[in-house]
Amino acid sequence: MSSETLARVLFLVVVAITIGITIWASRQTKGAADYYAGGRSFSGFQNGLAISGDYMSAASFLGISGLIALSGYDGFLYSIGFLVAWLVALLLVAELLRNSGRYTMADQLAFRMRQRPVRTAAASSTVVVSIFYLLAQMVGAGALVTLLLGVEGERYINLTIVVVGLLMIFYVVFGGMKGTTWVQIVKAVLLMSGTLLITVLVMAKFSFNLSELLGAAADNSGKGAAFLEPGLAYGATLTTQIDFVSLALALVLGTAGLPHILIRFYTVPTAKDARTSVNWAIGLIGSFYLMSLVLGFGAAALLDTGEGSAVLESGGNLASPLLAEAVGGGPGTGGGAILLAFIAAVAFATILAVVAGLTLTSASSVAHDLYANVWKKGKVTEKQEVGVARIAAFVIGGIAIVLSIFAKDQNIAFLVALAFAVAASANLPSLLYNLFWSRFNTRGATWAIYGGLITCVVLVVSSPAVSGDPLAMFPESDWSWFPLKNPGIISIPAGFLFGWIGTITSREPEAETAYPELEVRSLTGAGAEAATHH
Amino acid sequence: MSQQSEGSGVHQTSAHPLYLELHETSDFAELRRKFRGFVIPATIAFMSWYLLFVVMSNWADDFMSTPVIGNINVGLVFGLLQFVSTFLIAWLYGRYMERNVDPLARKLEKRYVDEAAGHGGADR
Repeated sequence: MSSETLARVLFLVVVAITIGITIWASRQTKGAADYYAGGRSFSGFQNGLAISGDYMSAASFLGISGLIALSGYDGFLYSIGFLVAWLVALLLVAELLRNSGRYTMADQLAFRMRQRPVRTAAASSTVVVSIFYLLAQMVGAGALVTLLLGVEGERYINLTIVVVGLLMIFYVVFGGMKGTTWVQIVKAVLLMSGTLLITVLVMAKFSFNLSELLGAAADNSGKGAAFLEPGLAYGATLTTQIDFVSLALALVLGTAGLPHILIRFYTVPTAKDARTSVNWAIGLIGSFYLMSLVLGFGAAALLDTGEGSAVLESGGNLASPLLAEAVGGGPGTGGGAILLAFIAAVAFATILAVVAGLTLTSASSVAHDLYANVWKKGKVTEKQEVGVARIAAFVIGGIAIVLSIFAKDQNIAFLVALAFAVAASANLPSLLYNLFWSRFNTRGATWAIYGGLITCVVLVVSSPAVSGDPLAMFPESDWSWFPLKNPGIISIPAGFLFGWIGTITSREPEAETAYPELEVRSLTGAGAEAATHH
Repeated sequence: MSQQSEGSGVHQTSAHPLYLELHETSDFAELRRKFRGFVIPATIAFMSWYLLFVVMSNWADDFMSTPVIGNINVGLVFGLLQFVSTFLIAWLYGRYMERNVDPLARKLEKRYVDEAAGHGGADR
């Protein structure tokens, strides 16, 4: 059996398992707390796995090892930002949010602000961040899955996008948070075991000697010692160096403002479980990135990454799957075919789990923030609200499918970095101000969110990521005036500044009076939402 | 613009007087002091440590390229130390909270539950 046939069989197995989970979860989902927060009944360890499953997208599974395979040390820099970011989430956000919110990111702001303006603002940035992230994943999925299955042509890319989109809609509409969480847990286990297996096989080739692996990678890459030193990807000019600092800031501050990560903290019974889940996530994600280092340097050492090679042509995305084939025995061998097919199936499960989490997040915010609280002013039943969330998941999924088909030939990889930048510039300032600054108020919150969001989007549209560069989204045109591809270095301080100015130029005694209640509740859990029991 | 919170769904706070009462207790003041006493210095420390790594990777090529053992250079060791420090801070935070903050939080939460439920009489 060829690797492609085997991969197709394994893809169907992944689909069958996840559909089974969703049907089971749909029977367990009764009220809003079940649909939005999985009944808050997951354990810290389960949620830690689900967080890892939600966070380690195909971009980081295949992207980071690919980046290391092509740029050596500079690829490694990426993964460090992604990991250190979790300390911000652990120390400053996770537990306080679990105690003071209910279902969405906006809940936590609405606690002491005027609900309609802050919910509208927070829902807007939630939907923008999630859609950017979702588009990047789905367009990537189209190209990647066709590559892994060995089929070619636009028809198959479109078909993949539609199938991934329909599965994602199915998980979210029927499985809600419970189904989505289990899909993420299954994916995390598959991903960790697949990565561990390849890591061990790679290390065995170098008699478990890291120095030997690095030496072989430096030699085979054709770049010599420079491959193991900083500078290959970002060190060219002062502009690229500043761009890298800007990226590093967005990575480290963005994670704790990503709405699909924030709502995962609501799925556990107590703040202490939220802490445990982030600690597990740090352990799992950290180990995963350490293994990515071996995978990336392993690919550089064992595969052809020069001009015209499959690894280079795929922008590094094929580094891990082809490495799996190589350590399994090489192309044409049974072992190589099995490992390649297995890693391909893991990549497929990864894409499905991440897009489902993103769709659920947007749908929850539309239903809970915009429909139930802004439009209906809280006068809706749980049943109506969950019904709207399901419709919203359907509509958002449909929009994502259509946009992805249109964008499939565009270079939109920058959308992931943009999602992190928006999360750091629009969401994190308002979250931190709300939790730690009693004077903070509605105008401060809306200014921080809209100010951070608009600054980010305007800077990116004006950057070489969108126009005026051969690799840009519109390579033929040039309206760029902002030199950096990553807006974080400007937009993150801007978000904090807008929030501060908005706050000090307005008075809202109600928001200040309510702060002691928020503080007591967020730090002690007194009056926090409890788990549901069936 | 600003409306009353009662019944209009504008603010979500319960405005339960107990919260204000708990806010003024010495237990709560201690809880907040202990929480911030770890979180703020730790955040400053790991952010500076991370930014130092970013800046050095950009502008201290020679130092970062110094070999340590075999093909392993200072840059790689520095990067791996970021993993170590992240794991360490996460573990220390969990241990610190369990020892110093959780007992106070449970005590205040219990008082809230007892008094809010109308059982009253919890020790003051």
